[in-house]
Amino acid sequence: MKKALAIALVALVALSGVFAGGAQESAAPAASDNLIVVGYAQVGAESDWRTANTQSFKSTFTEANGYRLIFDDAQQKQENQIKAIRSFIQQDVDYIVVAPVVETGWETVLKEAKDAGIPVILSDRMMDVSDPSLYTCWVGGNFIKEGEDAGKWLIDYLKKQGRSNEKINIVTLQGTIGASAQIGRTEGFGNIVKTQPNWNMLAMQTGEFTQAKGQEVMESFLKSYPDIDVVVAENDNMAFGAIDAIKAAGKTCGPNGDIIIISFDAVAAAFDSMIAGDMNVSVECNPLHGPRVAEIIQKLEKGETVDKIQYVVEEVFDTSMDLPAVKATRLY
Amino acid sequence: MKLRRKKAFNETTFLLTITITLFFAMYIAGMIVFKNNGFARLQVFLNLFISNASLIVIAAGMTVVMITGGIDISVGSFVAMSCMMLAHMMERSGYGAIHSVLIVLLTGIVFGFVQGYLVSYLKIQPFIVTLAGMFFARGMTAIISQDMISIKNPMFLSWATHKIYLPFGGYTNRKGVLVIPYIYPTVIIALIALVVIWALLRYTKFGRRIYAIGGSETSALLMGLNVRRTRLFAYILDGFLCAIGGILFCLNTCSGFVEQAKGLEMEAIAGAVIGGTLLTGGVGNVFGSLFGVLIKGTIETFITFQGTLSSWWTRITIAALLAFFIILQSLLASSKLKKRR
Repeated sequence: MKKALAIALVALVALSGVFAGGAQESAAPAASDNLIVVGYAQVGAESDWRTANTQSFKSTFTEANGYRLIFDDAQQKQENQIKAIRSFIQQDVDYIVVAPVVETGWETVLKEAKDAGIPVILSDRMMDVSDPSLYTCWVGGNFIKEGEDAGKWLIDYLKKQGRSNEKINIVTLQGTIGASAQIGRTEGFGNIVKTQPNWNMLAMQTGEFTQAKGQEVMESFLKSYPDIDVVVAENDNMAFGAIDAIKAAGKTCGPNGDIIIISFDAVAAAFDSMIAGDMNVSVECNPLHGPRVAEIIQKLEKGETVDKIQYVVEEVFDTSMDLPAVKATRLY
Repeated sequence: MKLRRKKAFNETTFLLTITITLFFAMYIAGMIVFKNNGFARLQVFLNLFISNASLIVIAAGMTVVMITGGIDISVGSFVAMSCMMLAHMMERSGYGAIHSVLIVLLTGIVFGFVQGYLVSYLKIQPFIVTLAGMFFARGMTAIISQDMISIKNPMFLSWATHKIYLPFGGYTNRKGVLVIPYIYPTVIIALIALVVIWALLRYTKFGRRIYAIGGSETSALLMGLNVRRTRLFAYILDGFLCAIGGILFCLNTCSGFVEQAKGLEMEAIAGAVIGGTLLTGGVGNVFGSLFGVLIKGTIETFITFQGTLSSWWTRITIAALLAFFIILQSLLASSKLKKRR
């Protein structure tokens, strides 16, 4: 018993030493200097998009630019984000930025931030709260516009090919039903379809944003509809799955193939796919929110008011561009 | 017999002392290291309780079943189901806040009864029973609704956002706003539940029986204790505590959502083990589990205050602590064996 006690005590001392040492080594500078302190409660690191988003914040909010960033990765858990926001309030941050894991459940903690007088800026996803004054503004992509951009691109593309009056059969691989990207992109593309009487939406089905599911759904589409002209995949991963399914069925796709592939997100792999001639176009979903948020913070610092909804600039990339050169300049 | 009980109590105290010392050592270290960032503020300490109120209650329930030598891995899913039930009843089915809460408490008791019956009367492994319970509760959550439901019931929200201010420890932050330390009612409920369970285990026949069947089921049987019934009651109590935990969780997040509280069971088990509860049963204390949970909370606070470390370090540190406590427990067990020889 005594021996065990001795071992325990030694271990305890060692452990607390490690703690103190480890923490000291990386102690952050005091918040009392002139830097603007920003706490960012990030969702996690589940995708390339997310990592690029994190990187954008880390490279924007540097000490050289006059900021100190306190970054928290919530590992996809809302509880963790709530804890992080509480901790930001105690650390006297000047601004809190949150990319909420889910839309619901923020009443309590946002009220705490409001009571402490700290403005909250939302990034990427919206929050569903009863009192919109609980957050200052939202920054993110305009999914409806992304869908419309894709539709407009298709109009132009068909015009160039001289197929404007031809009957065009379209299928859509939707994202996870209910996700804001799915709702917005379906609606946006749908708005354009309505204006084109010769476009025929054959079917829409969810591929849940994954490559495997996208491939599976595309296989069933190919069996049911022999004459598909266009595939709209609501993210790049599903487009990759669809391309595999098309090739397996002995058909061709891309700028020189039978089927036009329209995709969203424009991740690095989508550029590779366009360069390889499989995909026609990918509409960007810009993860680089950092500079936009910094702009908003600068305005707020000067006492100006800002718009509640702030969209980031998003581009359309297709095979007519010098893709290898564009890809080289991109961060994700 | 008297001697044995005393010994078990000593082990409990010993493990508890280490946990409490460790917690304070860590906390003081944090106060020194992050002195300039406000770690020493009272509110940071209170936030440990605010953010972990539900886990404190759930870990207490976990401790009770672990003392009987069992385990309950259904708690995370059950919490998700409770939140979804509350959200759905209040927002979609027009129930009042009080009714919804009562129904959830009742569900907890029924859930605990079913799991307890399977474990004690049908002698199925607790791990398997509660694994089934875990799948069932998560599945039911999705069946109730796959949407994210935001709770906007005014009464429920007024409970959730009702700050109880403390008369001391206020400070003015950089924005010039006076921030007075506060807690939520959830903290008080959690602490009351904790004290009640502690007293129940310490001073009632039921509590002593729980330790007895966990220490040695055969001797408990030979002593004429109704082992099966005691075990059943332990699971019912656990189910009830999980329901309270679920309600507290929901007061913190105000929403129902399928993916909620994933992995909470593991945090509760980790809290109990760090708090000195033996997985083999017979030894444990709910206050130990409280400190186990607080240690986890402190590590999380460290990481957010540090601001650049990956939050996954929380898991790694918890892993190190778990390893430390398990080794300690096995050392204790082996020294006990030696003495007997």
